[in-house]
Parts: sequence; C-alpha cells; structure tokens
Amino acid sequence: MSEVLVIAETTAAGVRKPTLELLTAARALGEPAAVVFGEASDAVVAQLGEYGATKVYAVNAAEVGDYLSLPKAEAVVQIAGTANPVAILVTSGPEGKDVAARVAVRLNSGIVPDATVVALDGGNVVATQTVFAGRWQARSQIVRGPAVITMRPNATSAEAAAASPSVETVDVAVSEAAKGAKITSREPKVSTGRPELTDAAVVVAGGRGVGSEEGFAVIGQTADALGAAVGASRTVTDQHWAPHELQVGQTGKTVAPSLYLAAGISGAIQHRAGMQSSKTIVVVNKDPKAPLFQLADFGVVGDLHKVLPALIDEVGKRKG
Amino acid sequence: MKIVVLVKYVPEPTATWKFAPDLTVDRAGVEGRLSELDEYAVEQAAQLAEKGVASEVVFLTVGPAKASEGLRKALAIGGDKAVHVVDDAIHGSCALSTSLVLAKALEKEGFDLVLTGMASTDAELSVIPSMVADRLGINQATFAGELSVEGGAVTIRRDSDVASERITASLPAIVSVTDQTGEARYPAFKAIMGAKKKPITTWSLADLGVDAAAVGLGAASVRTIDVAPTPARTAGTIITDDGEGAAQLADFLAGRGFI
Repeated sequence: MSEVLVIAETTAAGVRKPTLELLTAARALGEPAAVVFGEASDAVVAQLGEYGATKVYAVNAAEVGDYLSLPKAEAVVQIAGTANPVAILVTSGPEGKDVAARVAVRLNSGIVPDATVVALDGGNVVATQTVFAGRWQARSQIVRGPAVITMRPNATSAEAAAASPSVETVDVAVSEAAKGAKITSREPKVSTGRPELTDAAVVVAGGRGVGSEEGFAVIGQTADALGAAVGASRTVTDQHWAPHELQVGQTGKTVAPSLYLAAGISGAIQHRAGMQSSKTIVVVNKDPKAPLFQLADFGVVGDLHKVLPALIDEVGKRKG
Repeated sequence: MKIVVLVKYVPEPTATWKFAPDLTVDRAGVEGRLSELDEYAVEQAAQLAEKGVASEVVFLTVGPAKASEGLRKALAIGGDKAVHVVDDAIHGSCALSTSLVLAKALEKEGFDLVLTGMASTDAELSVIPSMVADRLGINQATFAGELSVEGGAVTIRRDSDVASERITASLPAIVSVTDQTGEARYPAFKAIMGAKKKPITTWSLADLGVDAAAVGLGAASVRTIDVAPTPARTAGTIITDDGEGAAQLADFLAGRGFI
C-alpha cells in the first residue's frame, strides 16, 4: 500500500488533535507516514503510532522554524521524492496552506484546500469540500498526484488504530532562497486554560448582542460552565470586546464542534460560513428574526444577559 | 517602489450562486463585485502610495470581461492603472494554472511588492499567494494582520492559533492581508468618476506567452466530479423565554449529553 504523508503539528503537550484527525483520514488512502519537524520524542512517536502512523519521518534541521513555511515545504518535497506518496495531508491554517501551496507547485500536483472528507474512488483520490458559503458539497478528483490536501480541523473525529512506527531521520538543508522570510519574533498565545477554539468539542460564542466588553464576560462564564472554548462574531472583535483570534467566520476560524452555542449573534453569511458544520447549534437572541435561528436545533428568543446566567445556575444545579 | 495588487471579481456573496453545466461557478448568471477580502489589499496599497512609500500602484485581475468592473472599483479607491488578463481558454483553470497566469502577468508588468487578499470570497482557497511566490521565486509573507515597508523589506504581523509572529521579508515579495489591516475607504463620487479615466490594459494568454493548452478545464489538476446541496438542517425547537427559557435549554443540553 502507498504511503500517505501526514504533516504533523506538535506542541510541548504532544501531538495536536488535528494531526490525529489527519492520521485517521489518511488510513482511507493508504499507510499513514507522519512528518515531524524537530525532535520526534518517544512520546510523540508513540502517540502517532496509536493513531495509525506506520512510519515517522523526523526532519532534522534546526533552522526550519526560523523562517516562514518554505523550509517545511522543501523538506516535504524532499521526502515525497523518495516516499512517492499517494497523497500529502496538511491541517488547514495559515502555515498549512502556505506549505501545501508550495509543495503543489513543486510537485505539479493537484491541491484541494479545506477538505472535509478524503476517499479512494476507483484508485483515484477524491476530496470533498464545502463550497458556496456552506450551501453545497463538491467532490473533486485529483487528476495529477500526489494529491495535496489540507483538511479542516474537526471535520473528522480522531480514532485510534495502533501501529508500531519505524522512525527515519531526514536531514534537510534549508536553502538560501528559503531564508527570505524570517520570523523575527514569536509571542506564544497566553493559555486561557480553555480548550483551543478550532479543536474544542463545545464552543460558546457571543455577538453584537453582548453590548460591550463587560457584557462579553458572560460568554466566558458560560463557556467555563460547559467546559467550552470561547468564540466571537466579527462585530465583537472589531469593537475589541474580545481578541481577534476568537473570531469565528470567513476571516476568522472555521469551527465544527459537537455543540455551538451562539448568543447575541444574528448570523451574517460570513459568520455562518465559519460554524454551520457544527453538529448541534443552539441560538440565544432577543430578535426572533435573527437568521441564525434557521440553523438552530434549539433556540431561545430572549435576553442573553438573563438566559445565560440562568443557564449557568442550571448547569451548576444539575452537576450538583 | 511599484506595487501590483492582485484582485478578483467574484459572485456577490448574498446572491444565489449556481454551478454551470461543467461544474464550474456560473459567473455569467450572477451579480459580481470586487472580492471584499481584496479591498483590504487595495486600501493598503492606497495608503502606501499616500505615504510616499509606493510610487506606482497597479491592479491586476484574471477573469471574464465583466471582471473589469472590479478593476474600476479598485481604481476608485486608489492606484494608477490596471491590467486585465482575459482569455476564453482560462475558463475552468485550477489553482495551479491560475497561479501560472498570474505569475506570467506579474513578470510582464514588473513589481517590487505584490499585495492581495487572504482569500477570494468565492473559492476561499488561500493558496494562490504562496503558489505565485513559488513560481516567481520571491518571498512571501501571508495572512498579514498589519504590514509596513522599510529599507527594501516588508514586515508583517501574523497570528496563528498558537502564537503571534513578526515576519520580515526582503523585496521583491508577495503579501496577503487579512481584514485586520483595516476597512477600505468608501470612494467619493469624484473618485469614482476619476477612476473611469485611469487606463486598463487587456492581455491575452498569447500576450503572456502562456500556452492555452496549459490552462483551463482540460488541463486542470483537480476536477470537480459531482456537487450536491448540503443537507438542510432539520427545523429545531424555538422557544420564547418567559423566565423558564434557561431551564428548557438546560433540559435540551442534558438530553444531548452536554451537561
């Protein structure tokens, strides 16, 4: 069976959840082989193996993280040259898109960004995308491979399938051309203690209806009661009631949690594009005409500043 | 310094979009507009010209005849002139082919800095800037939340899930900008009239030295094989809060295992 290269993302806490989803999706196409940048610790290799990686390429180049995207693309192209994979899977996101785009040009390969499903169909790699602001599902065949696919986080659930990966160290030299865009500073995001927005199983998001920065606090309190991540509409981040990284929508994050609770969000098409794949949608809004009610599995027409505090009390009572 | 801004003419987001029989986007049957996400790049270019950093600003689009309306809108916001690459053979091009056409047009026009939006509002791929960078062998600084140009280099701020980074790329370079860079100005009537006098040059594939067989639906590296409407969500329960709304909501959440 052919290899499927999975570009892994790791943090101090281990392998990121979207990478485990990629490993799960990759098994529909061939044998998952993870590409890890930097040291592949025993813990990382074990976790990759738990989700089906039969091989781990540990890319050894100290400078890879000092420059934007291109050193990683060069390394992936180098590995693809010998591994001859059927597909290369990357997590959607700024860096993932950059790396995938460069790799596709260098391999003259078809690319499908933001896929939700990948499959083999008559020996061809086929990827499904949600298009036209979420209204349509398009299936595309990659005519020239290896297929380069970026996948949306949370589109598939990560499922374990134990394998014992072999580890191959890959030495790469960062080319001079790849040193043109230098990362001069990096401030890690301060952890809020809440789940990451794109990974979270539950998201509580607030919109214009919160009224102010102080009014947005109830969104965080509700999120904490439900063990959720916090999201926001563009109005909220434009008003600086919440930081930009919490924005859900076309120019922010795309999320697909098990539960999306939207409070005070009317539901502009740009916002819906970022959340409509959520499995269960709950809407709280005092305007019964808010378009987001059309997507709601459960909707409460009412003042979020009354409904959410009461909900927090209810959750507290039921948890005892 | 010469800036070329890549812009796209896209279907109006609020209109009903359809697929053409060949499963490409039906662009003829729908109202179009300059992609909102490219307007941010147009605005940044206009500001760099006002600051005296840019000496010339050119808008470049690839698209059908109607796409010139998008160029007129950009020219009303700022800039000096525009280039429209239009050729029937381009219809149905994949991202790889589109990036080839853009790269050839940029080579022909010449530039120090290329600006564009973080994505188009129709395809939403976000891969064209990196592809163009790779084809031209220039630096990229993508998804910029802010940008500045100084001493032959562009510096951007870029936010990811895990960090906020500053990136400096020496020119020539391509930068894609997010909505964080700031809303485009609303052009005044005088600017709209003035835009009509700014020149738009039209180029064909032959003008760019691109083989028509290398682009279009026939040469596409990815082919759409079928499309289907996203299944409609089943209508949910909507209640009006009469003091018991939170309790009913909690019942619903508990029933689905969220509490």
